[in-house]
Formats: sequence, structure tokens, C-alpha cells
Amino acid sequence: MDGARASPGRRPKLLAALLVLPLLTFVVVTFIAPLATMLFRSVHDPVVADALPETLALLAEWDGESVPEEAVYGALARELVRAQRERTLGQIASRINRVEGGLRSVLTRSTRRLRDAEGGPWKGAMIGMDTAWAKPTTWHAIRSAGERFTARHYLNAIDLQRLPDGSVGPQPEERRIYVPLLGRTLLVSLGVTGLCLLLGYPVAHLIAHAPANRQNLLLMLVLVPFWTSLLVRTTSWIVLLQTQGVVNDALVFFGLFDDDGRLALVYNMIGTFVAMTHILLPFMVLPLYSVMRSIPRLHMSAAASLGAGRFQAFRRIYWPQTLPGVGAGSLLVFILAIGFYITPALVGGSSGQLIANMVAYHMQTSLNWGLAAALGVILLAGVLMLYWVYDRLVGVERMSLG
Amino acid sequence: MAATSPADRVRGFVYLAFCAAVFVFLLAPILVIVPLSFNAQPYFTFTEGMLRFDPDAYSLRWYRQIMADEAWTGGLANSLIIGGSATALATGLGTLAALGLASPAMPARRFVTGLLISPLVTPVIVSAAGMFFFYSRLGLTQTHVGLILAHAAMGTPFVVITVTATLSGFNPNLTRAAASMGAGPLRIFRQVQLPLIVPGVLSGALFAFATSFDEVVVVLFMAGVEQRTIPRQMWAGVREQISPAILAVATLLIVFAVSLLLTVAWLRQRSGRRTA
Repeated sequence: MDGARASPGRRPKLLAALLVLPLLTFVVVTFIAPLATMLFRSVHDPVVADALPETLALLAEWDGESVPEEAVYGALARELVRAQRERTLGQIASRINRVEGGLRSVLTRSTRRLRDAEGGPWKGAMIGMDTAWAKPTTWHAIRSAGERFTARHYLNAIDLQRLPDGSVGPQPEERRIYVPLLGRTLLVSLGVTGLCLLLGYPVAHLIAHAPANRQNLLLMLVLVPFWTSLLVRTTSWIVLLQTQGVVNDALVFFGLFDDDGRLALVYNMIGTFVAMTHILLPFMVLPLYSVMRSIPRLHMSAAASLGAGRFQAFRRIYWPQTLPGVGAGSLLVFILAIGFYITPALVGGSSGQLIANMVAYHMQTSLNWGLAAALGVILLAGVLMLYWVYDRLVGVERMSLG
Repeated sequence: MAATSPADRVRGFVYLAFCAAVFVFLLAPILVIVPLSFNAQPYFTFTEGMLRFDPDAYSLRWYRQIMADEAWTGGLANSLIIGGSATALATGLGTLAALGLASPAMPARRFVTGLLISPLVTPVIVSAAGMFFFYSRLGLTQTHVGLILAHAAMGTPFVVITVTATLSGFNPNLTRAAASMGAGPLRIFRQVQLPLIVPGVLSGALFAFATSFDEVVVVLFMAGVEQRTIPRQMWAGVREQISPAILAVATLLIVFAVSLLLTVAWLRQRSGRRTA
């Protein structure tokens, strides 16, 4: 109490900070630290460096063009056999293989034979096992995979690679998949945003200018899907759109298509597009509604009494006043769409996958966690940038929660 | 309004028809699932009997099946344990923080708010990947504790947002009046602030619970067989062999969502102002 009297401004400040501190600590530990770990993982990969220290030290002095000296082969042979004993060979092989395709089998096969070999000289023996050991590209791949701190996951994520001479160049044609996928993700998000605006604007208008007692009821119709589980909504689209589903049945029943001509509406891009639009539509309607509600009807009547036609009054009076809502809704829908994972995974088939699905693929199937982390960081950076814009325009803390 | 011309009437009709179509688009997918979950046949479409409203075409067999299935009942237990604990944690911490953030004396408010909201704005796949990396180091993957912490982190922004919104409509003269009559800070909180923010706290808690109850990506990355929740079971069901039993679960989840929504609407009415 005495301290508070000494400096009157400090006590409330301290109290406020103390109230926030527990949650701040909690969020930093349970959420920010994981993101930081991911960021670190995207540039840091010690597995190969830890397993092949001697080889990598010797390779550091290699000229990069000739076939390395005997000592390098000897070190690698020893370290590969040790890695196999310690059961890390698989991890090493797959990392080197990602830099230069085909090396996984070279490494595992050679190691098996090296284990039974009786001491050196190693150079001739290894080249005898596989001619890959005579190629500088093989040694470049080992050196590159051995970087403890590396930019290769990021290069990989934008379809680039480090060439043997140290410069950066494009990936071979068949491995350029991430930039097109990123383009597809942006295009789908843009399309879904446009469609949501087209569908959501009239509906928001209808709700905002309905009589007060009907407003709540209409708003409920938007909020029910908003609150319904994402998985439930995605499942219902599968049920509706599948070949033997309700929509196709109805089309056949009404004779629009015959039984063999059933449409493929799900497990492709159409499925992703329809389900995403459905799920994100409330995020467009709600901000539009809250802006439109504050526009007095009188404005339109005034414009009409001054001789404006309906279209002119809409274009010059109504539409400009709704722009904040249009901006907020579109930005929100776009941001959410970019990160969509569950819906494309379930209804997208192979053609309807987005960038988030690639993150999951590398997390769970290919186990290329460095690349998954790099893709995740890129996605996060893009989203944070858009949120920064959103915060400037609307204020994140005023985000509509329905 | 001037007398409506025929052209205006056509325009009005087109506008209403368009809006009606959008409402059908919004609700139909959800509503179609409900009757189909009573299908007596293992089909995902209306059988002839269902269209004739033949009572034999409807049955509760899928509901009986999920009630008897360990996978679903165990999933429900996990969902409730994880969701409940995460909500309690998120609500407690979030409410305290919102009280601090609402104080005009709060230092670095913008930055701190940004950090606290970050779990909401981060794409779930990114959160899940990061959490997997970090929690596996701490040995928290495949544990209930890990999932509770993860879901609590994802739920806190909702509590912070709803409680801050309730507090922003709060008249500071009330606390001043209480203080001038000799109430200490704790008493002011308990008797003046708390009753006013309760609806906001409860809405935030419901949002946090709904988030956990519907979350599947983090569960997918971090949960072992012992931690499978309802959404995780649904995911498996949709991915592998989609069975009408899923429609029964979906119907129950729709009922649950509608009751949550009505509760939040009621709370909002009680708090007397829109919080979002």
C-alpha cells in the first residue's frame, strides 16, 4: 500500500498486467512455443550432420568437381555401418534421397555390403558396388543433406533447389508441385470468397432490413449451420453429392440425366468448392449484416426522392456504405479458406487438395517434417499478413462470433 | 414508397427467390441428414418407403448401433473429459486476462491482445503441426493432458473476446461508486463486475467447448487410440467406410449445436447487448 501511495499511476498498471500474466504465460508455453519449434524445425535438421560428422568434415574440403579421396569413402563407410547399427540409417537415407532421388536404395544396399566387407581400400570397393559413388552429385547430396541449418526446405516449398555449384535453380519439372498448388489454393479461396459475397450480400440485406421480430428468426437460419460441426457439414455434402446420393437421385428422378450419366460431384474440385462455400458463407453474412443494419432506410428513400433510379441509388448510396462489411467479410472468408484442411481432405479427392493438405501429407505420410514445417511457416506468414490488414480495417477483437 | 410497378414486383420476386434458394443451400444439407439417420436400410438416400412415409422404412437401428458401440461411447467420454477440462482452463485464464485487458492502465495492450488472439487466427493445420513437434518433445502426445492443453490454448481467444466485449459496455462509474463507498477491489469484482460479465464468460466458455468438441486436426496429429474423440471417430468413419451410423451421430451433433446456439442467444439477450 505504501508503494502504491508513492507512485499512484503504477498500481493499476501492475494489477492489469498481473491479471493478464497467467494467460499470457499459458499461451506462450502451449501455443507460441510450438510455433517457434516449427519455425526452428523448418531451418534446422541435425540428423545427417550428427550421424556423419567425419564424412562431412572431410567433404568440406572437397573441391566439388572431382571424385573425392579415399579418406572420404573410408569415413562414410564407417559412419554408415555405425548408423545402421544405431538404426538411424533409414532417416539418413531418406533425407539424402530427398535431395537427390534414387540415393535411398544406393545407401541401404551399399551399407549392407559394407557391413560384411573387410576393411579398405573403400573407394574402389564402393564404386564397384554402385557407380553412383563415382558421381559428384551423390557427394553434393550428402553434403547438402548434412547442413545443420539449411534453407532447402524453403527452397523446396517454392519449387527451387540448391544446384551443385551452390547457386539456386528450379526443381526438375516433375518435382514442381508446390507453386502450382499454392496457386490453386489462392484461386479456390478467391473463388469461394467471390461466391460467398454473391450469395451472402442479398441474404444479409434481407435480414438487415426485415422487421425486427423476423430478423432474429432469419439470423438463426444462418447461425444454425455456423454452429454445426464442420465434420457434420462436410459429411452431409458427401451424402448429398455422391454418385448414389440425394442430388444425383433427384436429377435422375426428374429425368435430367439417365442412370448411367450420374454426375461426379464429390471427391473432386466441385466437392471442395461447394462444401467450402457452404461452410464459409455465414462468415460473410454476419459482418455484412452488422454493417447493413446500421444503414438507415431513409438514405434510399432520399436518393429516390432526388430522382435516382433503384440501381443508381444502390450503386451510389447503399453499396459504398456497405464496403466495410464487404471488406471484412471477404477478408475473413479468404483467410479462413487458405488454411482449409478437413473439407478438402474429405471431399476433395485428388484434384481438390489444397496447400494445408500437403502439410498434413508431409507430417503423416512422407514424414518430411522439415518441409511440412516450411510449408506451415509460409502459410502462417501469409495468413498473419492478411490478418494485419484485417486488424487495420476492422480490429481483430471485434471479429464476429455470430 | 411509391406505388410498385410490375418491373419492381418482378425484381422483388427474383430477390426473394434468390434469398430463399440461399437459405435452402445453407440449411438443406444439414436437414437432409436428420431423416436419413432414421433410414431402416443401409443407404444414404431416401428409399421409396421413406418417401411414402411408410413407418417400416424408418427405424432407430443406427442409434441403437452407436449406443452399443464402444468406439462411439468411449469417444464421447474422451470428448467430454478433454472438452470440459480445456473449457475450464480457458475460461478461468481468459476471464482474468480480459479483466486486465479492459483496464485503461494495461501496458502494451495491442501487442498482448494480438498474442492472446493468435490461436484463433492461426490455421489449424499449422497449430497442429507445431503442437505435434513441441508436445512430442515433452512426451505429451498420446496423453489426455496434451490434448487438454492444446484445446485450452485454442479456446482462450473466444473467452477473451466475449468477456472483453461485455466489459467494453461496462460503466466505469459503477466501480468508482463502489470504491467511494469503501469496497475493496475483490469485493468490487465479486459484487459489481462479476454479475455483469457472467453472460460473456458463459458464452465464451460455450464457444471454447464447441471448439474443442469439434476439433479433429490436433487430435489427428496428437491422440493415440486411448484419446480418440467423437470428431476423430467421425473422421475415421467418413474416410474409411461411411456407414449410416455416422448420420445418427451427425444428427445428435446438430441437436447439440442448436441447443448451444439457443443458449448463447439467450445469454446475449440477458446481457442486454450484442457482444459480437
